[in-house]
Amino acid sequence: MPSLAVTVIGRDRPGIIAEVTGVLASLGGNLEDSSMTLLRGHFTWTLIVDLDSSAEDLAARLAHLGADGLVVSVLPVGPEEIPTGEAGYVLSVHGADRPGIVAGVTATLAAHGGNITDLSTRLGHGGLYLLVAEVSLPPGVDVVALGSQLAEAGRSLGVGVSLRPADSDVL
Amino acid sequence: MDDPLALPMPALPAGRVLPVVTAPQDVLGARCAEVDPIDPEVVQLAADLIATMRVSPGCVGLAANQVGVPWRVFSLDVSRHPKARTTHGTFVLVNPVVVAASRNEKGREGCMSVPDFTGDVRRATRMTVAGSLPGTGAAITLTTDAFEARALQHEIDHLDGLLFLDRVAGAHAIHPRTTYL
Repeated sequence: MPSLAVTVIGRDRPGIIAEVTGVLASLGGNLEDSSMTLLRGHFTWTLIVDLDSSAEDLAARLAHLGADGLVVSVLPVGPEEIPTGEAGYVLSVHGADRPGIVAGVTATLAAHGGNITDLSTRLGHGGLYLLVAEVSLPPGVDVVALGSQLAEAGRSLGVGVSLRPADSDVL
Repeated sequence: MDDPLALPMPALPAGRVLPVVTAPQDVLGARCAEVDPIDPEVVQLAADLIATMRVSPGCVGLAANQVGVPWRVFSLDVSRHPKARTTHGTFVLVNPVVVAASRNEKGREGCMSVPDFTGDVRRATRMTVAGSLPGTGAAITLTTDAFEARALQHEIDHLDGLLFLDRVAGAHAIHPRTTYL
């Protein structure tokens, strides 16, 4: 069955997930990966559903949520990308909030082929900006040199940067 | 508290409650300097750290740079914490060094200098730390476990300019702090 990517973003209230999944279930859709959180109080949900329906049909079935302050988008997506066995690292960035922190640090990462596989950023009430990302690095990357360049990029932005191997205990 | 393993802390002068600095602050991100444990200013700082720790709800440890002083000194008292096993009472350690650390486990930490967040951090649950006591300068080596081991690593990290934010386990290991205890 084809996969569809659905995003639902807007004013939070109880019942949004129940309503969206109710529509998906009524169409015989199988919910796969999803990630939902509140971003500064706004409901945000991204999901992949295996569903024998066009993106347009599903969008029409979810359109009524728009009246409730939610923006829904539906896009067809290709087959699952199987991650390769690259090395996993955790990138932490924290410091005084200002525009350009994420752009500056992640540009250094991208220049080395580093791929962010999970990302969370937070702005604390006291002005502390925080980024934690899980990063996969291709074979052959000089991790020590990359760490120094990330630290240098951080210094120019006034933030602390650390890159550490991810702990992954396989039991 | 009568702790059978309590370190032989000397009598300290009256401590002052100092303001705690919160991130981002340069003093929290730089390595602190070694100091003379019998310097009267260090002894006063030791008393101030304990006084500040005691009036702060839920605070079980405080590093000197958290009160704006870039010296390798911290206070600790986990003796009443439910996750503690071995405890060494209320103490201040000067110029601490990690001698051995093993058996990592993940646990959630907060920090007075990062009031908005908590984070999941892997830390050793068996620790041996050496250092000096303020006032006497007595050399101390202590071996501990569980929550006291975690707290020791958290405080020594402070003295190296690191916050728990630098060691969180992954992108979903940071949590907004909902209780201020």
